[in-house]
Amino acid sequence: MKIRRDSRALTAAYRGDIILRSITFFYIGLLIILPIVAITSSAFKGGLANLFKQIVQPQALHALKLTFMITGIMVAVNVVTGTLFAWVLVRYRFPFKKVVDALVDIPFAIPTVVTGMMLVVLYGPRSTIGKFLEGHGIEVMFNTPGILLALAFVSFPFVVRSVQPVLMEMDKDMEEAARTLGASNVVIFFRIVLPTLLPAILTGAALSFSRALGEFGSIVVVAGNIPFKTQVSSVYIYGEIESANIQSALGTAVVLLASSLAVLILLNFIQRWSSKYEIKN
Amino acid sequence: MRSKIEHGNSTIDVLAVRSGRARRQDIGKWVLTGIALSWFSILILFPLWGIFKETVKSGLSTFVTSLSTPSSLHSFMLTVVITTLAVAINTVIGTIMAVVFARQNFKGKLFMESLLDLPFAVSPVVAGFMFILLFGPNGWIGSWFESMNIKIIYALPGMVIATLFVTLPFVAREILPILREFGREQEEAAATLGASQWQTFRRVTLPSIKWGLAYGVTLTIARSIGEFGAVLVVSGSIINKTQTATLMIHDQFTGFNYAGAFSAAMVLAVVSFIILNVIHIVYEKKEKKELL
Repeated sequence: MKIRRDSRALTAAYRGDIILRSITFFYIGLLIILPIVAITSSAFKGGLANLFKQIVQPQALHALKLTFMITGIMVAVNVVTGTLFAWVLVRYRFPFKKVVDALVDIPFAIPTVVTGMMLVVLYGPRSTIGKFLEGHGIEVMFNTPGILLALAFVSFPFVVRSVQPVLMEMDKDMEEAARTLGASNVVIFFRIVLPTLLPAILTGAALSFSRALGEFGSIVVVAGNIPFKTQVSSVYIYGEIESANIQSALGTAVVLLASSLAVLILLNFIQRWSSKYEIKN
Repeated sequence: MRSKIEHGNSTIDVLAVRSGRARRQDIGKWVLTGIALSWFSILILFPLWGIFKETVKSGLSTFVTSLSTPSSLHSFMLTVVITTLAVAINTVIGTIMAVVFARQNFKGKLFMESLLDLPFAVSPVVAGFMFILLFGPNGWIGSWFESMNIKIIYALPGMVIATLFVTLPFVAREILPILREFGREQEEAAATLGASQWQTFRRVTLPSIKWGLAYGVTLTIARSIGEFGAVLVVSGSIINKTQTATLMIHDQFTGFNYAGAFSAAMVLAVVSFIILNVIHIVYEKKEKKELL
């Protein structure tokens, strides 16, 4: 009798597991796997040659080049400023530090359209700063610097937030030992601090790369979206969908999607590499 | 100076070296802090102040009238509806997914789990595009619904699906590491004592993941309210029908209705500011809980 009750409880538990697992499979299947299968199969339906032709159309290609170039510059900027910012937040004391620390997350919380508008208000041609810069021949808004600024804003927290915790846990012993032995600050940073932070910096860089590559809301407000000049790939895709050019939208979309997948794989690789490194030490 | 230390002449020289070095470090500290804070101001503080000033300039009455137009009210209502649905669904299913990935073993688990991060990496426009292809009137699933006269794209269901996609990882990703850390022992003990799966979850698992769950939910709310690209693509942004708050702001801004755009943007900025504070409080509670 007792055995039968136990086995019944076990089957109930097993049934519960199966139900939960099915929900997980269904949800990920419907929202992630099926859409990706749908977009890749539509993209390759016309054959590889046709897809390639869509990707290298002059307007699409220009947008892709611009997107990758600006994203590249922005990631470099973010790596430097983000690491510096995390360093200042962890190691130094200054007034309003807590408030500043909390405000780092604001780009995650503020809607991207609002971000774009804020930048136009401040740096646009009608503003004081915008007029001043234009007087010196620098057009920020509706031009490439504006896109850079928008991307830097939306991806600012990534590097800071991935480096900060590592820096907090890092022991100062090695740095102090190096200092006692006469190493300069520059040597200490490049030989001791940077190697420890590298996996975190790379993770932050990969995250801001994928975010910047796909960013739409802030750019659509800030960039002016002039084809062959300030039109990035996400805006190009949107324009092609709106004018029902599904084929050309598919070409660029597939490139962006493949890049996101590559970044995900890279992130997995970095995480595995850094955890191996931790065990070794 | 260094040679003097090597000769070991006097302690005063050593102190002089130390203080010289300390002074240089002090300068370095202030320079670095200065650079970091200036960049932060140019990028984040000044723009925040700019939008605040712009809204104040147009005055309170403009603020109220532009927010109380029917289309504006409708867009805010729609944002609330979509956010509520997305948060409810993704909280429940996000928790289920985290439990499945943390507690079960099956073939292809690693693959499924890495797919979970995909919405963070995919461009919102591409996401919206994928859902048009799948749920549009000619899509694989969409054509089936079309035959039953149910519209998904350019209607509310499509907008909810797009929001579900972009916010899918938040809850699951927040809970998953906590569940792994927490381990199975206590759950197994409860099960041995005769608790059902649901009782075990509610009495043992839930209290331990509570703050992680709350953190994931706040992130989901913030992202749902702010989502623009994916929702724009699947909704068509039809006034009084499929226009959410962010879509309305963009529409008014491009139509040079700055007063309306800035008033609504100010509301969203304030809401995100509140959410940000909640996020911070919840995050601190979560960290404290994990330390204990």
